[in-house]
Amino acid sequence: MTNIFNYIDRPSPIHRLTGATKLICLLLWSFAAMSTYDTRLLVLLVVLSLLLFRISKIRIADVRFMLGFTAVFMLLNNLLVFLFSPQHGVELYGTRHVLFSLGGNYVITKEQLFYHLNLFLKYLASIPVVLLFVCTTNPSEFAASLNRIGVKYSIAYSVALALRYIPDIQREYHEISQAQQARGIEMSKKESLFRRLKSASAILIPLILSSMDRIEVISNAMELRCFGKNKKRSWYMARPFTKWDWLAMSGSLLLLIAAFALNILNGSRFWSPFL
Amino acid sequence: MKRSPIVTVVAIGIGAALFFVLGRFVSIPSPVPNTNIALQYGLLAFMAALFGPVAGLLIGLIGHALIDFSYGWGVWWSWVIASGVFGCLVGLVSSKLKLADGEFEKKDILRFNLFQICGHIIAWGLIAPVLDIVMYAEPANKVFLQGLVGGVSNIVTTAIVGTLLCIAYAASRPRSGSLKEEK
Amino acid sequence: MAARFFGVIMSEAIIQFEHFGFQYRAQSEPTLYDINLSVRRGETVLIAGPSGCGKSTLAHCINGLIPFSYRGEMSGSLRIAGKETKEQSIFEISRHVGTVLQDPDGQFIGLTVAEDIAFALENDCVQEPELHARVLRAAKLVDVEDHLAHAPNEISGGQKQRVSLAGVLVDDVDVLLFDEPLANLDPATGKAAIELIEQMRQETGAAVIIIEHRLEDVLHRDVDRIVLMGAGRILADTTPDALLSGSWLRDSGIREPLYLTALRYAGVEIRADMAPRSIRTLRLSEDEKAQVRAWFSALPPAPERAARSPLLQADSLRFAYPGKDHDTLKGISLTVNEGELLAIVGRNGAGKSTFSKVVCGFETQQQGSLRFRGEDMADLSIKERADRIGYVMQNPNQMISKVMIFDEVALGLRTRGVAEDEVRRRVEETLKICGLWPFRSWPISALSFGQKKRVTIAAILVLEPDMIILDEPTAGQDYRHYTEIMEFLLTLRKRGITIAMITHDMHLMLEYAERALVFSRGRIIADTDCADVLTDRSIIEEANLKETSLYALASLCAIEDGRGFVRRFIDHERKELRP
Repeated sequence: MTNIFNYIDRPSPIHRLTGATKLICLLLWSFAAMSTYDTRLLVLLVVLSLLLFRISKIRIADVRFMLGFTAVFMLLNNLLVFLFSPQHGVELYGTRHVLFSLGGNYVITKEQLFYHLNLFLKYLASIPVVLLFVCTTNPSEFAASLNRIGVKYSIAYSVALALRYIPDIQREYHEISQAQQARGIEMSKKESLFRRLKSASAILIPLILSSMDRIEVISNAMELRCFGKNKKRSWYMARPFTKWDWLAMSGSLLLLIAAFALNILNGSRFWSPFL
Repeated sequence: MKRSPIVTVVAIGIGAALFFVLGRFVSIPSPVPNTNIALQYGLLAFMAALFGPVAGLLIGLIGHALIDFSYGWGVWWSWVIASGVFGCLVGLVSSKLKLADGEFEKKDILRFNLFQICGHIIAWGLIAPVLDIVMYAEPANKVFLQGLVGGVSNIVTTAIVGTLLCIAYAASRPRSGSLKEEK
Repeated sequence: MAARFFGVIMSEAIIQFEHFGFQYRAQSEPTLYDINLSVRRGETVLIAGPSGCGKSTLAHCINGLIPFSYRGEMSGSLRIAGKETKEQSIFEISRHVGTVLQDPDGQFIGLTVAEDIAFALENDCVQEPELHARVLRAAKLVDVEDHLAHAPNEISGGQKQRVSLAGVLVDDVDVLLFDEPLANLDPATGKAAIELIEQMRQETGAAVIIIEHRLEDVLHRDVDRIVLMGAGRILADTTPDALLSGSWLRDSGIREPLYLTALRYAGVEIRADMAPRSIRTLRLSEDEKAQVRAWFSALPPAPERAARSPLLQADSLRFAYPGKDHDTLKGISLTVNEGELLAIVGRNGAGKSTFSKVVCGFETQQQGSLRFRGEDMADLSIKERADRIGYVMQNPNQMISKVMIFDEVALGLRTRGVAEDEVRRRVEETLKICGLWPFRSWPISALSFGQKKRVTIAAILVLEPDMIILDEPTAGQDYRHYTEIMEFLLTLRKRGITIAMITHDMHLMLEYAERALVFSRGRIIADTDCADVLTDRSIIEEANLKETSLYALASLCAIEDGRGFVRRFIDHERKELRP
């Protein structure tokens, strides 16, 4: 319960980068992976991200649980794209190479398969980086990092408060739901949707009303310790940038530039081998 | 009622934590991926109606982003933004309500639900699918159907859970009245 | 600031109230009237009074939450460090006054101990390396430097309080203000907290203001003055010795230390020159000691407990939370008898709450069995168990989900599909038993905390259980409300309901429970009379309890049978209170 975000404290060069660096790299990298459909760049991103994973000393076993979710999500999404739009690849690439037909509109084309390959590569290029960020960034450093990349410190602190109180609220939810179950409140599948929602409210109402009291206490505690006194604040968990931080950020920036450059050179986001 | 800015900061933090806990541990998955019978939107609508559009926006953004981070499947920005937009839109109703003073009458229920329905329609019928197409080049009919299913189930959830929360909160506020003991 | 270089300034008032009054904006009457009070650096002042007397409001005035967070109308003058508070900002006031709030989790804002201590410094933009150095210094002061990287749920309640204290000690404050520092702490930890507060006063030279209604526990260390409040006014502002020898406490419904109650029963007149402020300082003449001895021997011996038939039997219960490598319950065997009122005590994390969760079916034991009236409970669902054993949470706000009292009490029946006219009959009957009948059509929000507690108990009773388990039934309640809740529980017991209470309150246990189950590290280390528990050194130490001052009084008066003295006292007091 204490470690929902799966931070793994195992010294590595990636762990030593500041949270702010990793956040900036994550954003640049995700944006690069999101904007390009150039298979060559995607393959490069995949290779690099797997390499980084190696360096971080995070083991597959550490993230197996998260990978499970991701795999299911990825497969379902691919399946849905195909079911809804079997000719999406043809529309995107403007050519049509039929392989075989499943009947009706469901004609398998090289373009469609290529589109799915690219979708798949995009996941592979971006998911390891997100996992890396989550596993190697101390949650305590997260708020300081947000503030450093330009987010107002009050908003950054809201994020820190959310991380701080998630375990408390989770425990409280659990306790309230047990006590309400004893009184006969059920959310099981047997009940109709409407009754299930009403039951859920019987647990939510005490949880939310006591959270409102909590908001008052926390606000007072923060006020008494001078939150909001200055335009800026310092952070206990902030660390100075080193040359490795600058290196990581420049590297990520280069990848994003490469993605944009390829989009311009290719004339569109979609690089096609069919032309 | 004027509120200290610190209260809003804390409300955003606690709101996001509640959004996270409900979304991550309590929601009931529906057959369409990415869409849930999501109690957290009832909570978000209530918090936004109480604390305003800025709080609504940030609770939606932070809470949803944290859920995505915790699953590790990458942050699905289009849907994160849609959650924020929904919070912000419902938050616009806050200036028309007096929830903190314990008022939530029939016309307020209508108003609250009007805003939440519009909010969900714009967020899931427009923002999320359009961003999916722009950002991820997904097929249009798929994302609009996903948006429709998600939007409708969120409207129902919010109408029940959000309204009940508003009523319960308003009733919990102290009001000077003339209560008499009965024999 | 320069003024501090002159020794004389030390004795000047740091806080000065003059004809001060305050009325909250939302209220029709003032909460404080004509307050005159001054506090100097280096002084320790205890502010006591029943709930609603205005002591929290007074604290809010001192730390600046009034007028900056809670709006209202101020009259008269309040100067902190020589300056009117209404002319200062809350940030200026915070430089002088450091506040430790009651709720240990609410004020623990940081993700780790170090970040929480650093919070005020961060807001002051203190940079490295000063930031880390000052955090470490404050952490060492309160002895938490080994826990700097720990999250709040990895440390104990007492440690959380130390962290909060460190968080205000990072600045050189002139006043340390504690709002009910003993609530939520087990007795031994509470004792340690009072010792730490005194140590901080000596080391920093700050004025210490403690708001607390548990007088005897605070007076474990010397206090310069006690300010007694009632109905928004200061009733007394005097030395502890003077206050305890007067009748102020009884008149305002504050509990006096137990040894003084015993002396009064024995007919000894309490005078300031006896130094009654603590059992350690108390001086009795030989005549007075003889008076106590005579009273003791005249009392009839405490009656033996009546034999009762077993209701709930636990046999070698073993339980571990998933993911934890140690057992939280390491073989619990016990019997709860029919019609009993028993106390479950022990330090935090000893397994008391876990045990009740296993009994209610919220958690399932890995080994061992539970029997209710001889029937194995293994196959009973949470809901079915609730028909036999009801569980009342500490905070009533965590249980209430309806707007109206009637609906709240009816909830359990309606989910069980009971017909509506039957629901009405049973709810009405329960409301009458619980003294809630006059309020039956009120919204719950209009009730006091104690009344809400009754509503939650009523909502459990309506299911007609044979036994109820209450978690800290009187936490945070002043003496009057405490007595009200407990007397109510006694009326339930008279109706044949078995009651188990989990508590840190030793008075509560002594006064009301017939038997104590002492938990320590997942085991039961004592199952006996309450008087026996609180007079047994090894149990007291092992379970973080505190010896009762009655025992010390007995040895002061050369009564050998200290345990018998405690027992007879309790028995006598029960008769006094409930003839």
